[in-house]
Order: sequence, then structure tokens, then C-alpha cells
Amino acid sequence: MLKIKNLHASVEGKKILKGVNLEVNAGEVHAIMGPNGSGKSTLASVIAGKEEFEVTQGSIEFEGEDLDETSPEERAHKGVFLSFQYPVEIPGVSVTNFMKTAINESRKAKGLEDMPAKEMLKLIREKSEMLDIDRKFLSRSLNEGFSGGEKKRNEIFQMAMLEPKLSILDETDSGLDIDALRIVANGVNKLRSADKATILITHYQRLLEYIIPDFVHVIHDGKIVKSGGKELALELEEKGYDWLKQEATV
Amino acid sequence: MAYTEEELKKELETKEYEYGFYTDIESDTFPPGLNEEVVIAISKKKEEPEWMTLWRLEAFKYWKEMKEPEWANVHYEKPDFQAISYYSAPNSKPKYDSLDDVDPELLDTFKRLGISVDEQKKLTGVAVDIVMDSVSVATSFKKTLGEKGIIFCSISEAIREHPELVKKYIGSVVPKRDNFYAALNSAVFSDGSFCYIPKGVRCPMELSTYFRINQAGTGQFERTLVIAEEGSYVSYLEGCTAPSRDENQLHAAVVELIALDDAEIKYSTVQNWFPGNKEGKGGVYNFVTKRGICEKNAKISWTQVETGSAVTWKYPSCILKGDNSIGEFYSIAVTNNFQQADTGTKMVHLGKNTRSTIISKGISAGKSQNSYRGLVQINSRADNARNFSQCDSLLMGNECGAHTFPYIEAKNPTAMIEHEATTSKIGEDQIFYCNQRGIDTEKAIALIVNGFSKEVLNKLPMEFAVEAQKLLEISLEGSVG
Repeated sequence: MLKIKNLHASVEGKKILKGVNLEVNAGEVHAIMGPNGSGKSTLASVIAGKEEFEVTQGSIEFEGEDLDETSPEERAHKGVFLSFQYPVEIPGVSVTNFMKTAINESRKAKGLEDMPAKEMLKLIREKSEMLDIDRKFLSRSLNEGFSGGEKKRNEIFQMAMLEPKLSILDETDSGLDIDALRIVANGVNKLRSADKATILITHYQRLLEYIIPDFVHVIHDGKIVKSGGKELALELEEKGYDWLKQEATV
Repeated sequence: MAYTEEELKKELETKEYEYGFYTDIESDTFPPGLNEEVVIAISKKKEEPEWMTLWRLEAFKYWKEMKEPEWANVHYEKPDFQAISYYSAPNSKPKYDSLDDVDPELLDTFKRLGISVDEQKKLTGVAVDIVMDSVSVATSFKKTLGEKGIIFCSISEAIREHPELVKKYIGSVVPKRDNFYAALNSAVFSDGSFCYIPKGVRCPMELSTYFRINQAGTGQFERTLVIAEEGSYVSYLEGCTAPSRDENQLHAAVVELIALDDAEIKYSTVQNWFPGNKEGKGGVYNFVTKRGICEKNAKISWTQVETGSAVTWKYPSCILKGDNSIGEFYSIAVTNNFQQADTGTKMVHLGKNTRSTIISKGISAGKSQNSYRGLVQINSRADNARNFSQCDSLLMGNECGAHTFPYIEAKNPTAMIEHEATTSKIGEDQIFYCNQRGIDTEKAIALIVNGFSKEVLNKLPMEFAVEAQKLLEISLEGSVG
């Protein structure tokens, strides 16, 4: 589904990604771990097409198509979803209205009519029930005054509504207490399916106790320095990142 | 296209005035210049009684002694008042019984503006009195209103047909010598609307007037008078668009609202006059005096969506004279390119237990300057007066400005006054967030702006809110690819 080859990216002239290779197939869950500043979040933003990052070398292919010239909204229309580490507030725009706009814009891009209101309501009801989201929550302004847990849950709700092919969860576990983490992880697990793929970006192993990955990659200084199965995460938890850093510099 | 600060700026710059055309209709226009003879000639042209002519002349006398105000946060080349023509009327008088009789070119203009009389008539419950230049050319629903005793006509007609009402109330809220532009308007006002709601009557429809400025170099001096008798209710809509012109056009209107005991007036405005081109050339000068007076338990709400004009100087105000009266001001002011707006309100609390609410939303883009200026005045006898003010500014790009000038004068210790203000900027992060959800930049800006303005948009009557939303989008996005 996703093929990243020798990806180099920089922001304001500063090199952050220095040759990332990654292949993600449908049905798989990949965890990308690494210390602060290693390039994890940058990788997520570059896949989503954030313009301030300049791809200087390499390529990202999504379902056989090079994404180089593709705008962020077109990537979204193709089925790429990014759950933000810091979701932004949009005052006066309700969660419902935002979702309605997002869904209809994607439909428009595919040449479809707006989703009928009845169908939209049904979808909202279904997904909010699945994720145990209070309906009142949906009429609030997007992320405005939301707690950390509410923001992250709202991201997962949007993911459920948009049904993307590839979901990238950027530090979804950060700032969550254990209950909120469990709820969010539950949601992600419910959305797992054979035709979808997930990339989890995380600093800690904790999230991976709830969402079991098929592959774990460690990123350091803009490169994937080690890949393995889920047991790699445990090893990291035990030994920290330093041994990998040393290994990488040798 | 994805969004960067640079691109957003460019997108905002590419907006062109949608309604920039000029209708060529033969008209009856005075040569430029202003003196006593011109004032008398206007009065004569309108077949006014002598008291009105004298009233105008007195206003003209005051005006000659007054100076154009300079305290507002706007900079512009002062108009040459002798270079303006003070009267212009479409030639195809008299008024028509049916649309078939109306100049087809005029009808075409309305159609291009998307406000064809046909359409308007069909709009449920909306009576339309269209003012093209200075003379009303079409009036509808008069009969329905007449059955309830409601008078809705041009001010000229009211002066002829209902002199006792006009004489009693004109200038009672905005005196002739109130300010420079009000004095000018009092001397030379060409036409406008008059509305009278009898005691206890609830006006069954939204009353609506579309103002237009159409003749090159013709100042437009509208005069509006709305009288709501005891216990009555009326909702009044005023919407404007104007063809683009090269030279600046002056607009100095006066609106007076009178809400007697237990009456309620809602006055909503959507203003979209030519704001000037991308270089800041041309555009309408909008120097308006709008004020209402509330007697006991009365309520006046001003709601305005201001997207047009090169320079705006406008403070719809409420004098809360009667005990328990309520004043409200809800405003969205959008400025782009080189537009300048200095707008806000005055809430003057005279009676006991009077309450006022001010919600102001300023949106600035391009190189524009957007100022909120508001006065909350609590008189010594106004026990338990309350005010709540909220002024929010939204900035787009790095070259525009937002300013807030709140004035608070409380002379009564029981007064409760709250003022909140925020300034925010549409961020790249917000745009990227929307993009990532499949929403393109143009739509994202509309979404953010509408969210920001929601509290005010919600105050507009339904059909007007849709139009206002459209205007916001036109003003800020235009031809975004």
C-alpha cells in the first residue's frame, strides 16, 4: 500500500529525514519508535504532504502512485489519514459540521453528490456509539476547550468517520491517562481490518500493549536503524534507545 | 494547492469585485456643487412641504459651520463636497404597477446582482422596497402591510402622505447638528425608507430594502426612519451592493429608530459596496450615522455584516432611555486589500435596569485596517445597568491590522460592565489540519471564518444569513484556484 524509498526531507534547510525506507501492506500495523527529535513526526507530516517540509530525495508511493505532486487534501481523498499529535482548535465549527464538510469534500473530489443528511446522521450515530462518544461532544466547537483525552478521541472519531486506507497515528498516546489510552486503543483496534493499514508513531512501548503491532521500526537521526517484530518494543523498553544510537554510529 | 502564508496572501489579492458593472440608465442628475439653491431644488424636486425645506436649510446652515471629523482610525483623501452632484434619479418615473413597466435594463441589473424583484417577491414573507440611486422604483406587498396599518414606503412619500409622523420623529434621535455627515445628510438627503408599525402590531414579514449607488460621482444620502409604536415588533433588513467606479463615492446615510414602550426593532444590514481595487483605488466612502432610542421595556438589535466600502465610519447606537430597555449590537466587519473600517457602537444607558450586549467580530486581510470603537456609557441615574462586550479580531496574513478602542464611562456604582477581547490569526496549522481531512484551502478559510462569525451570523434572519455567508466567502476567497 505504502512504499517509501530513500526518503530525504528537510525543513528550512535543516535535514531531518536522511534516507527512510519503509513498506506497509494492507492489514498491517507498523509501529515507529524513536527518541525525541529523531524524525518520527516529520515522517508523518511528510507522508501527509505538509508543505513546509521539502522532499529533497527519494519517493513516497501510495497504492502504486507517486505522491510527490499531490496536495494534502488529495492525499486525504486517496485515503491517507493523520491523527495529529496536537490537534488544532477551530472555534465556532462544530465537530459534526467539520466532519460533514470533510466527508462531502472527499465525495466531491470523487464526483459524488453530498452525503444525504439521513445517511450522515446514521454514520455519526454508528461511529460515536462504537467509540463510546457522547453526542453532546459532537456539537462542541472542534477541539476548543477539549481535554487532551477528548482531543485524541476526537481524532479517532474522525478516522472512523472518514474510513481511510492508511492511518498514521502521531503520538496518539502522549498526554493520555491510562483510561483514555485504553478507550483510544480500543477504537483503533475496532477499526483494524484486512484492507487497511496503520502506522503508530510513539515514544513509549505503553501504547503497544493495547495495540499489538506486526512490525516495529526504530528511527534515529532520520533513518530507520532497526526493524523487528513486536518483541523489539519490549527490548527498547528495557534497554532504552542508547544502545541503538551507539549501534547506529558504529 | 496546499497552503503557505505567501499563497494565502496571493489568493486573497486575486479577489475581484463581483458586482463591478455599471448600468447605463438615463437619469436626471443635478450639476455638481452644494449651496442653498441646491438644497431648495432637492426639496422642490421631491415636492416637499415648506417645513421640510426649512428643516433642510437649517441643517445646511449647521453643516457649513462644521468640520469633517478626524478622530477615526482611517486615512483618506477628503471628498470635495462641491464636486459632488447631490441629486440623481432614474428618469423612468413615475412608479410602476407591474414589473413589465420597469426599465428592462434596470431589471437586468437586479438579476445580475441576484436580487431580481421576481425572486424577492417569491421569497416567503419578504416585502421589498428597492432603492436604485435615490428614488424608489418598485414597492411590493404594500397591500398586506396596509391591512395591518403598517406603513412602508419611501421617505419622500412619507413626507407627502404622513407629514405629522415625519415631522414628529425626523431628527429626534439624530439631530441635524449631531455630526458633520448627519448635518450634510439632513440638508440634502435624496430618499430612503420610512416604516411605521402601529401599536401592538407584529409586522408579519421581514421588511427589506436594497440600496444601490449607480451614478458616477453621485453622493447618496439615504434617510431611514423606523417607528415602532407601543408593543409592536418589526424586523428590518437592509442590503447593499454597488457597481464599481473609479472615483470615490460618498455615502452618508442617517438611520433613526424609535422603539416606544414595549416595542422591539431588529435592524439587520449586509453591506457590500465597492471596496476599491487591489491597489486601493476607488471604492465607496461610507460615513453613516445610525441610532435608535428605546423607551420603557423596549429593545433594539443592530446586526451588521460589513464587507464592502473603501472607508467605513459607522457606529449603530442605542440610547436606552426607558427603564428595563435593551440594546444589542452584533457585527462582522471584513476588510481586505486597502480597506479601512472604523466601526462599533455606542450604548448609552439612561434608564434603570437597562442592559446592552456588544458582539463584534473583525476580520482583516491584505493591507487593510480594521478598528472596533465602542462606547458604553452608564448615566448616574441608570441603576443596575449591565453591559457585556466581546470584541474578537481575526487576522489573515502579516500586513493587516486590527485595533480595539473601547470607551467605558460609568457614573453609577451599581453598573456591571464586562469587556472581553481576543485577537487570533488563521494559522498554517489550522489550514493544514483541514487539508489533511480533505478540505481544500479555500473551503478551509470559509469554514474558519464562518466559525469565527457564527455568533453574529446566527442573529440574522435565515434568508439573510445565507446571503451574508456568501458575501464573507466572496470577500475573502474570491477566485482561489
